[in-house]
Amino acid sequence: MSNDRTEALKALPLDSWHRSLGARMVPFAGYEMPVQYEGVMAEHLWTRENAGLFDVSHMGQVQLSGDGVADTLEAIVPGNISALGVGKIRYTLLLAQDGGILDDLMVTNTGRNLYLVVNGATKHDDIAYMRAQLPDHITLDHLEDAALLALQGPKAAAALIKLEISPMQPDWPVPADLYFMEAGPFMWGDIPLGISRSGYTGEDGYEISVPAEHAEKLAEALCALDEVKPIGLGARDSLRLEAGLPLYGHDMDADVLPVEANLNFALSKARREEGNFAGSERVLAQYPTKADKKRIGLFVNGRQPIREGANVVDADGNIIGAVTSGGFSPTLQKPIAMAYVPMAMAETGTEIIVEQRGKPIACTVADMPFVPHNYHRKPKL
Amino acid sequence: MSRYFTDEHEWVDVEGETATVGITDYAQEQLGDIVFVETPEVGAELGQGDDAAVVESVKAASDVYAAVSGTVIEVNEALEDEPALVNNSAEEDGWFFRLTLSDTDELGDLMDEKAYKAFVADL
Repeated sequence: MSNDRTEALKALPLDSWHRSLGARMVPFAGYEMPVQYEGVMAEHLWTRENAGLFDVSHMGQVQLSGDGVADTLEAIVPGNISALGVGKIRYTLLLAQDGGILDDLMVTNTGRNLYLVVNGATKHDDIAYMRAQLPDHITLDHLEDAALLALQGPKAAAALIKLEISPMQPDWPVPADLYFMEAGPFMWGDIPLGISRSGYTGEDGYEISVPAEHAEKLAEALCALDEVKPIGLGARDSLRLEAGLPLYGHDMDADVLPVEANLNFALSKARREEGNFAGSERVLAQYPTKADKKRIGLFVNGRQPIREGANVVDADGNIIGAVTSGGFSPTLQKPIAMAYVPMAMAETGTEIIVEQRGKPIACTVADMPFVPHNYHRKPKL
Repeated sequence: MSRYFTDEHEWVDVEGETATVGITDYAQEQLGDIVFVETPEVGAELGQGDDAAVVESVKAASDVYAAVSGTVIEVNEALEDEPALVNNSAEEDGWFFRLTLSDTDELGDLMDEKAYKAFVADL
């Protein structure tokens, strides 16, 4: 929290609603955001067993439209966007000209345009970069009047169905019909909603774009359901860490290339073969395992959490890597972390040493996710 | 026995030359679910304001400073297996360490309960 800018913090559309529920508000990504309501541990475990409602309206929602928009976006992302079917979502990376990661994002093909969700802390830089890189005929709309709510957990679908949300056309699917990484336009009464079956917790769930002026009504209706409680940023962070999902600005940044960040899956096969995205030469030179370092998961021996900023050291105490996220896993009841280590030490089971406050702490490289994903995937035919 | 408080939300119980140190109920509530407490070594010589312990919640680590200087004579071993004692009983069973005071004049820098309550009410 020490790098918060001194400029005035903005309020979320649901600011007063969060406060009325007793949320503790903290500065994050330029906003005052709810870090917790009843407590991180309880909120985390609730989400793993029921459904949690997260206000992620700080994130940037952007629409790109114009002729050949998918092809033009492919110049700065390594995902196969032009092959993305209508109603399908892809996770991809916004790459600088040298291949460094400027952000990670979700791209949906709505059929009329591309709908992007980018990180809150980077959204203004992302928009400036895309505007500069994309051709003039591509229209970029920053949807600043839209709130974004995430409903996450094994009971998310059972909860959402109670709201009687209808598809835009009678013969289109309802939210319960969506599979993981699918999206569509819906109506809740006379309120339009964009709903994606996606999230940042490793659980089944939805992300719902709603006009800001109706966000409170929707949040209220969801939290009135037995399955749903409001969940703060604290649990969002511990949930995504358990799910092995990197956090931009912590687990990767502009100095990191996709292979180093352990995001090979974001380098689509077709795009690797074409090799025509920003920084592709540098990025692909590391593919699949030729980077010097790699982001990996760690189990910590003992109960003391290790935190972002702690160093990975060799037997002589030389710094050979760094912890980029760390905390206590409420599900596993033990500390877990993500770190960059030399590629030769990235194998699961490798024992490494992390030095924190001058004390060596033994850790073991672990498979991620730490807690299995519980996505509602489309059955393979 | 007298109880003193610091503006870093620690409490200090003084009995003769011995002081018992912990964090206040207000502090544990701010920190949230405590999952680990790193206590000082027995025998450690602490100066007033030195880092004495670290308390870890799910999300973050926070330093606990030595409210008064002295030599650590005992640490609360129960916290090793049950760090949540700090949440459940911050000002009694969740104590962190005991030390022998090296300068009782330092107690004059601390608040009494009434002053601490007023201090917290203003936060």
